Amino acid sequence: MRLNKILKNTLLVLTACLVLSACATKKEVATDIKGQMQGDVYTGTDTVEYLADGVPDRVFFATNESILTTASRETLRAQAAWLRKNPGINVVLEGHADERGTREYNLALGERRANAAKDYLMTYGISSDRITVLSYGKERPVDSGSNPLAWSKNRRSVTVKAN
Amino acid sequence: MFKKILSFFLIFLPINAFALIEVDITRGNLNPLPLAVSPLSIDENSRISFEKILKKENIGSEISIIVENNLKTSGLFNPLDKKAFLQAPDIANLKPRFEDWNLIKAQALITGKVNFVDDKLRVEFRLWDVLAAKEMMALAFTTVPNNWRRVGHIISDKVYERLTGEKGYFDTRIIYVSEEGPKTQRIKKLAIMDQDGANNKFLTLGNELVLTPRFNPASQMVTYLSYFKNMPRVYLLDIETGTQEVVGDFPGMTFAPRFSPDGKKIIMSFAKDGKSDIYTMDLENRIVEKITNHPSIDTSPSYSPDGKYITFNSDRSGYQQIYVMKNDGTNVKRISFGNGLYGTPVWSPRGDLIAFTKLHKGKFYIGVMRTDGSGERLLTENYYQEAPSWSPNGRVLIFYRETKTNAKGEGFSAKLWSIDLTGYNERQIKTPTDASDPSWSSLLSN
Repeated sequence: MRLNKILKNTLLVLTACLVLSACATKKEVATDIKGQMQGDVYTGTDTVEYLADGVPDRVFFATNESILTTASRETLRAQAAWLRKNPGINVVLEGHADERGTREYNLALGERRANAAKDYLMTYGISSDRITVLSYGKERPVDSGSNPLAWSKNRRSVTVKAN
Repeated sequence: MFKKILSFFLIFLPINAFALIEVDITRGNLNPLPLAVSPLSIDENSRISFEKILKKENIGSEISIIVENNLKTSGLFNPLDKKAFLQAPDIANLKPRFEDWNLIKAQALITGKVNFVDDKLRVEFRLWDVLAAKEMMALAFTTVPNNWRRVGHIISDKVYERLTGEKGYFDTRIIYVSEEGPKTQRIKKLAIMDQDGANNKFLTLGNELVLTPRFNPASQMVTYLSYFKNMPRVYLLDIETGTQEVVGDFPGMTFAPRFSPDGKKIIMSFAKDGKSDIYTMDLENRIVEKITNHPSIDTSPSYSPDGKYITFNSDRSGYQQIYVMKNDGTNVKRISFGNGLYGTPVWSPRGDLIAFTKLHKGKFYIGVMRTDGSGERLLTENYYQEAPSWSPNGRVLIFYRETKTNAKGEGFSAKLWSIDLTGYNERQIKTPTDASDPSWSSLLSN
C-alpha cells in the first residue's frame, strides 16, 4: 500500500516533469520564431547588412505578397534619405522569392517586390534613373533552410550599391 | 545533321495483317509484356572491326542492351533474362524455334544481326510474334559506326510503335540545367543528354546563371534564360553550331520562353514596373507582339500543338491559376478551379491535356487536366517538384524534384524524374550532377 503510494507519487512527479519540460521546449521555439517574424514576415536582423549607419539594406515580404510593411517603409525612407545625401550613388534593387514556388512565377514575383521598393524610393525623391531592378526569383536564397523562418529571410528586396 | 548521316530503308514491308500482340498503353500497366531481346548476332570480322573503332567488345550485344533498357524503362515491357534463352542469336534471326521462346514465356522476340560494310554499321532486326509464330516487322539501317546508340534507340521506337500503335520517344534528347555547389550560390550550366542519360554534354561553362532551356519542336534550337552581364534575357542557342544570340533584349526582364509548334516564334514573358505580360517574337522578321495586357503577373506561356491557343499562368484572380486564351490574346478563360495554386501549364503534344504543377497545403504535385480544366488528375506528390515536360508522344512527363534540407540547411538535392501519364512507372533519370528544368526534344529521326 505504502509502496504503491510512493510509486504513485514518483510517477506523478515524473509526469509533471515531462509535461513541464515539453512545455518549456515548445515555448522556447515559439518565442524564437515569434521574435523574428510577424505574421510570416521576417523582422529579425540576422541577414541584414547596412548601407550606412542606421540604413538597413533590405526589406522583407509575406508569402506571395509584394506589399511593403510599416517596418519596410521605414527602412526605405532611411535609404531614400541616404541616397539624397549621396547623389552620386546608384543602386540595384534585387528582388527575391522563397523556394516554395514555381521558378518562372517567382522570377516575376521578385521583380514585383523590387519594384514595390523602387516605387517607394521614388515617392521620396529618388529618380528612377538611379535605380535598376533585378529579379533573382528563388535562385539566390540567403538561408538554405527548408522552414518558415528561412523562407521569410529569403522573401526580400535588397538595395545594393551599383557604383 | 543526323538525318543526313542516317540512311534508313526498309528491307521487307512490315506485315500488318496479323497484329496479334498489342500493348494497351492507356491504362496503368501492371502486367508488362514479357519479351525476349536476343543479342544481335555479329560475324567475327565485323566484331573485330567495330572493336577497333568503337572500343566495344561486341557491338551487337551493346545495341541489344540499349533496346532492352529502353523497353524496360517504358514500363510496358518486361525483357526476359538472356540466360534463359535456348536458341543462338544467329540462328534465331534466320528462323526462331517458337516453341523454345514460348517455353520461357516470351510473347514477342527481337532478333537481328550487325555487319561492318564499307566502313559503315549495318544493322538489321526483326520483331516476331511468338504465340502466332509470325514475323511482325523487319527493318535494316546503315549508318556511321558512332551512331550505334541511336540505332538502338530507333529499333526501340520501331518496336514500341509496332506493339502499342503509337510513336515511341527513345531517339530523343533532354536538355536541362546542371546544378552544383551550395544552395545559396548554385552554379548552373546548360547540359544535354540522350533520353536514357547517355552522351551527357555541358553547353555553357557556368559563368552566368542559366534557367529554363526549351527545345524547338521543329529543329535542334533551344531557347533559355541567361543572366549574362546580370541582365536576365531570353536567348536562342543552336546546339549544333554553338551559336548564341539574345532575342528578348527589352529594357526589363524577359523570361519563361518557349517556341511555337512550328518553331518560327518565341513566346515569353516580359517584366517591367512590377507587372509581367506575354509577348511573341517572330524569329524571321523580329516583329514583337504583345499578347496579354494586365497589371497581374502573366507567365509560363505554352502553345497548343495546332498553334491556335495559348495556356499560361496568371495571378489576376489574386493567386496563381491556369488560363487558356486564343493565340491573339482574346477569349481569356480561367481553367484551374481546384484547391491550391497552379503553375507551369504545358500543352500536351497530343493536344488533349495540359500538364501543370500544383501547390496545396505545403505539398507539390505534378498533374494533368483537360484543356477546359475538367478531369484534373494528380500523378505524383512530393516536398517540391515542378516543371513537367512532355515526351514527344505525350505519354511520359519529365520534371525535377528537390529535397527538403535538414535543420542545419544541409542535404539539398535536385534530380530529374519521369512518370507515365497513367501515374505509374515513376523513375529517376541519372545525371552526373544535380539537375533541374528538363525539356524533352522531338524525335530526332522520322
